[in-house]
Amino acid sequence: MKTVDLIIVGGGPAGLAAAISAYKCGIRDMIIFERDVRLGGILNQCIHNGFGLHRFGEELTGPEYANRFVEEVVRLGIDYRLNTIVDSISPDKTVRVMSSENGIEEYKAKAIILAMGCRERPRGALNIAGTRPAGIYTAGTAQKFVNLMGYMPGRNVVILGSGDIGLIMARRMTLEGASVKAVCELMSYSGGLTRNIVQCLDDFGIPLKLSTTVVEVHGKDRLTGVTVAPVDPKTLQPFMDKAEYIECDTLLLSCGLIPENELTREAGIEIDPITSGAVVNEKRETSVPGIFSCGNVLHVHDLVDFVSEEAELAGASAAEHILGEGNNSKRLDIKRGFGVRYTVPQSISNDSDSDVYFRVSDIMTGKKIVVRHNDNVILEKKTQRLVPGEMVKIKLKKDILSTLDNSITVGIEEVK
Amino acid sequence: MVKNVTCTVCPMGCAIEVTVDGENISVKGNTCKRGEIYAKAEVTCPTRVLTTTMKCESGGIVSVKSRCAIPKDKMFECMKIINSFKAKSGVKIGDTLIENILGTGVDIVAASKEV
Repeated sequence: MKTVDLIIVGGGPAGLAAAISAYKCGIRDMIIFERDVRLGGILNQCIHNGFGLHRFGEELTGPEYANRFVEEVVRLGIDYRLNTIVDSISPDKTVRVMSSENGIEEYKAKAIILAMGCRERPRGALNIAGTRPAGIYTAGTAQKFVNLMGYMPGRNVVILGSGDIGLIMARRMTLEGASVKAVCELMSYSGGLTRNIVQCLDDFGIPLKLSTTVVEVHGKDRLTGVTVAPVDPKTLQPFMDKAEYIECDTLLLSCGLIPENELTREAGIEIDPITSGAVVNEKRETSVPGIFSCGNVLHVHDLVDFVSEEAELAGASAAEHILGEGNNSKRLDIKRGFGVRYTVPQSISNDSDSDVYFRVSDIMTGKKIVVRHNDNVILEKKTQRLVPGEMVKIKLKKDILSTLDNSITVGIEEVK
Repeated sequence: MVKNVTCTVCPMGCAIEVTVDGENISVKGNTCKRGEIYAKAEVTCPTRVLTTTMKCESGGIVSVKSRCAIPKDKMFECMKIINSFKAKSGVKIGDTLIENILGTGVDIVAASKEV
């Protein structure tokens, strides 16, 4: 078995930023394992622009954003292996990898950073009635066909789900000559960014049908159409008497992303049932000491800029672990109050400043974010508008945290 | 004339109301200066950065973008031109592939290596 200080699982935006950060903190003996044929992960197929506005102050396309990190990894001489899949991780940080070039190999690491990203929710998980014809793809698969392979998956398209990839693909397919009939969204609001609704749907006159879902697919060999129906916004049950048939040869699914945590579970790491990612502390360290998690495998982010930022934190934390610079401070659990769907991290130390990210469970206007310890308010922030599709960040200061113990609660309250 | 514009400058997504009265354009609902500039441009000359792919001579494809924003109503015409071109192999990020597309003064440049 080979030994190595740090193993990074995944060479997408999270893995690359984590590796660079660990390098800058003094770690040299590390390997990035990437199962694809190139570094950069999903950014390679995200050819639209809008990446990097926070980080670089300019709008880059996905491949351009990825390239900045790939070039840095190459310049620093960080070791990476392509076409190599991590097959298992054990709690003692033994990592088994497979590749056609080297067969099966085992490595023992002092620290591991999980950066495997996420996967799209497939048709099988959606329970749509009807036949099983060709022409039904997840939006990301269609994106790969169009942007990396140069194939058009179809000409007349209906998109189910208004996540960002679905919106982006509505524009992309339209620009390449397809007719996008409608984007149907089960919820009463879109999960996508406002800019994408404006620039991908409104610009092209593509209707966004909220509180609407696909209730049946039709076609024997190839999709011939879908039946869509409005749903009750509360129960989400479709009104079948108002169903409508839309002729189409392609159905794209953009119905949510699921962190890809099979390896994490196998390593015995505690998983948060809401994020489907690991439970972490402010260093992005999981329940197994020395194993860290960052990027979309931890929780699904809105912007890659925040993935890079989180991965840098995980990279620095892993370096600290390897160099033995950790400390033992008091832990504060973060509980979810009213209107908060999840927080990351799920616990913080009481002797350092920490940023806490969270998502709200519904659209909220004119409310305030309140952090309480027992019943005492330790932080209050008025907000104009909170939406589930946009992650919220609050900063907690060490001087406030240092006097606290046990847990704090983040919630949304009325402004009095 | 009053037009409602959803600002896309940042994730806030402010709902901006733009009133056009001859030469005078006034905006309300924006929360920053950039929003004002965006909303005014949206009613006078809306522009977008175009991103797409181009075929390469060697059979692969390369992702491309307009170096800066082009008028929104020229997007489909630009797509036709881009799809009629083929990039040389060995193309690098930032290489100009089409100069001054449709007389917009904007170049189409490579945004990736060939894949």
